[in-house]
Amino acid sequence: MGDAALIQALQGIVGEQHVLHSPADLAAYAVDATPLLRSLPTVVVFPGSTAEVKAILELATAQGVPVIPRGAASNLSGGTIAINAGIMLNMNRMNQIIEIDAANLTATVEPGVTTAQLAREADARGLFYPPDPGSQVISTMGGNVAENAGGLRGLKYGVTRDYVMGLEAVLPNGAVLRTGGKNAKDVAGYDLTRLLVGSEGTLAVITEVTVKLIPKPETKRAALAVFNALEDAARAVARIIESRIIPCTLEIMDQGTIKAVEDFAHVGLPTDAAAVLLIEQDGARAVVDSDIELAGKICREEGARAVSVAATVEEGTKLAEARRFALPALARLRPTCVLEDATVPRSNLAEMIRFINATAKKYNLTICTFGHAGDGNLHPTCPCDERDHEEIERVEHAFAEIFDKALSLGGTITGEHGVGISKQDYLEWKIGEAGVAVSRGIKAAFDPANILNPGKVLPKATRKRLVVRQG
Amino acid sequence: MTATLAELKESLKHEEIINCMRCGFCLQACPTYKLSLHEPKSPRGRIALARAVAEGHLTLDQITGPLDQCIGCRACEVACPAGVHYGTILEAARATIVEHKHQGTLEKLVRKVGLKWVLGTPGGIKLGAFGLWFWQVTGLSWLARRTGLVKAVAGKAVAEMEAAMPKVPSPIKRFMGGGSGHVFPAIGEQRAKVGFFTGCIQEITFWKENRDAIALLQNAGCEVLIVPGQGCCGAVHTHTGEEGTSHDQAKRNIAAFEKCQIDYVVNAAGGCGAALKEYKLWLARDPEWAQRAAKFSASCRDISEILLALPPIPMGPRPGRVTLQDSCHMRNVQKLVSEPRKMLARVPALEFVEIGNADSCCGAGGVYNITQPETANAIGKDKAGRVKATGAQELVVTNPPCQLHMRASLMRSGMDKEGVRVVHIATVLRESMDAAKSQKK
Repeated sequence: MGDAALIQALQGIVGEQHVLHSPADLAAYAVDATPLLRSLPTVVVFPGSTAEVKAILELATAQGVPVIPRGAASNLSGGTIAINAGIMLNMNRMNQIIEIDAANLTATVEPGVTTAQLAREADARGLFYPPDPGSQVISTMGGNVAENAGGLRGLKYGVTRDYVMGLEAVLPNGAVLRTGGKNAKDVAGYDLTRLLVGSEGTLAVITEVTVKLIPKPETKRAALAVFNALEDAARAVARIIESRIIPCTLEIMDQGTIKAVEDFAHVGLPTDAAAVLLIEQDGARAVVDSDIELAGKICREEGARAVSVAATVEEGTKLAEARRFALPALARLRPTCVLEDATVPRSNLAEMIRFINATAKKYNLTICTFGHAGDGNLHPTCPCDERDHEEIERVEHAFAEIFDKALSLGGTITGEHGVGISKQDYLEWKIGEAGVAVSRGIKAAFDPANILNPGKVLPKATRKRLVVRQG
Repeated sequence: MTATLAELKESLKHEEIINCMRCGFCLQACPTYKLSLHEPKSPRGRIALARAVAEGHLTLDQITGPLDQCIGCRACEVACPAGVHYGTILEAARATIVEHKHQGTLEKLVRKVGLKWVLGTPGGIKLGAFGLWFWQVTGLSWLARRTGLVKAVAGKAVAEMEAAMPKVPSPIKRFMGGGSGHVFPAIGEQRAKVGFFTGCIQEITFWKENRDAIALLQNAGCEVLIVPGQGCCGAVHTHTGEEGTSHDQAKRNIAAFEKCQIDYVVNAAGGCGAALKEYKLWLARDPEWAQRAAKFSASCRDISEILLALPPIPMGPRPGRVTLQDSCHMRNVQKLVSEPRKMLARVPALEFVEIGNADSCCGAGGVYNITQPETANAIGKDKAGRVKATGAQELVVTNPPCQLHMRASLMRSGMDKEGVRVVHIATVLRESMDAAKSQKK
């Protein structure tokens, strides 16, 4: 089937107005939020129902055409780049909240509903959907499930995976799969729900999501602590958690990030400080008050040179501003912003940040680190210029060392951004030969014709691990 | 005309384009994306298209359509975490397209007569005002509307705008009410000398609103001069890719205001005000003008902005429920959000309700409602529905294109017949001030 016949067949399924194929249309869908990647799809399609998704997948399988499911394309791992051309399958027309079930505390949504839209609707009913990926204003629930999106609240509340209870998904052969449901307990067969969460659009196209909601916390308070030594901040993090406090956010910014934030937003951070911790707790007022006071006390005991504890929710929002400005501040420094998500057990936080700084120095780069200290999920961020190929090569070398170090500390190559194209050659480092083999088996079972997001996640060639010299 | 890739890179401002990191945070701020859910109708998509041309993957022709569909509200700039100057990219792309495009005879004529001769010169603006008054007062408008002539010649969009146009005051009334060069004395202690920027469309169709603003300034202790020799701000020219003409407007206005001893340049049109404040960017690379433009831009104030900074004028009751639609360029470029709201809060007995999406464009976009009526009217219709939902009897605006477009949108929804009006903020404030004066008497 030629491109023209494919376009015509798709128009027959979804209607002419829901198919884009002009050169400009294709160019706009050639990119996602990942730096450096660009590849044109053959055609862009907007299905309006599960039945239409089914018909599209049946057509694609019959014709052997790749299908790339796409939400808001805010991912940072090249997950929605059409590397082998094919059908860009946009799920954003399916954007209705089907139901919020207050009796069962669940929400059922179409995949194109944005994370923020669901959070807002839940909030209006006194309920809470905790996962809050950085791009929640635009990211879609389908995309969040496919990428197993994280966010700032991971430590206390977990990530998307911990909220998905049931899915409807269409397999490449057109079969409609329903997994899980509204039952808190359900051990009927393999846990296909969890298998599809984080499958990055390579196994099935998600057409409906049922998530768990929880009661909205009564209140929230914040504290900000400034440290002269990275180790002190890391020790404070460990001690806060040892003291049986699980803050809803526990964020760290290193010196480079502090400087960038201060230059950009003038929020009053001391630029000679080595680290800043933002601690937020939510819940019942009495618990929140005692937790945040104790966390502040621990920070002081561990050598914090200044601790501000917000008296009100508004004051807390003000304190949290510094952390919110981290990405905008770093993104402005240079044209390109490589934002990674190497993750380590939190006991290795200080060592990891030190290593990142040393690696940046070694490769003559600026790498600023901020991130979710509580769950060890760091965001080493490298402002650079993609037009400078020599610099980009140094960036790649530096991050290869950083991923290697994270693994040697018992961490992982990606905490929340996914594998996509960016990390596929590192995957075997993390999951091993056996992991790769069983993953290939799973892929073949779901998608024998290899039409769903082909060329992603599974390694093409495994990178040789770098030998990191000690000392 | 063919340009080399290096020339295209330069003229499309590739340096600025590459600052976009494609995170997509702009999507939810974009009115045309929200309507279509299509990436080429989003800021991220449009920047990707401009980039594709600058890097040789697409031709200018191929991206003209998607760029024409941008309203230019610049809400994406506020949403952008990387601080990308989308307006700069859009204006550069439009100017490059105009420069390289083969224009039909009609388009050439409209651009030359409409943009360069009428709006591009102070005399042309006066002539336009006279022409429009003549058109309305002689019954030509009525006749043309009845016979469907306007619609037949200029299309449905222009016909609807023509019908929504308020009555233009007669040349005599305009002269008596204080025209170019007129000085309005300060009432009470004089605190500042103000040069009033009238705007072109504003001075033609919303002449009274400008006089309301001037009356407020007088009562706040300002001597107000309608600076002679001023013309259009040039915003309409940047929207339509006429970069050279827009810079001519900027230079003419700067020179005209420099001749007068004034402390501030004040205007009552959010979009024009944004352009005046951006002269410093427009002319930044012009050694002769950069400093003069910076000085001029720094002295510019919106009417709400300056009234807030001056001692409060006594206000009397002006009852009714109102809602406010932000002018996009006043909000996103001038960054004036709280100012009009604070001024409305000073009006006794006025009940203010938020429309819920005042930060999202009404669809007017300068001349967008004429060039892209389908999208503009769909957005205007949604806005009219939201006005209705607030139960407000008046929609307060701060910019003439919004006023005209929302008048037309309310007419299309039949809300004008239910007594819902569109009113400029200066008129609301002036009526409240007048109420205080008559109470005193």
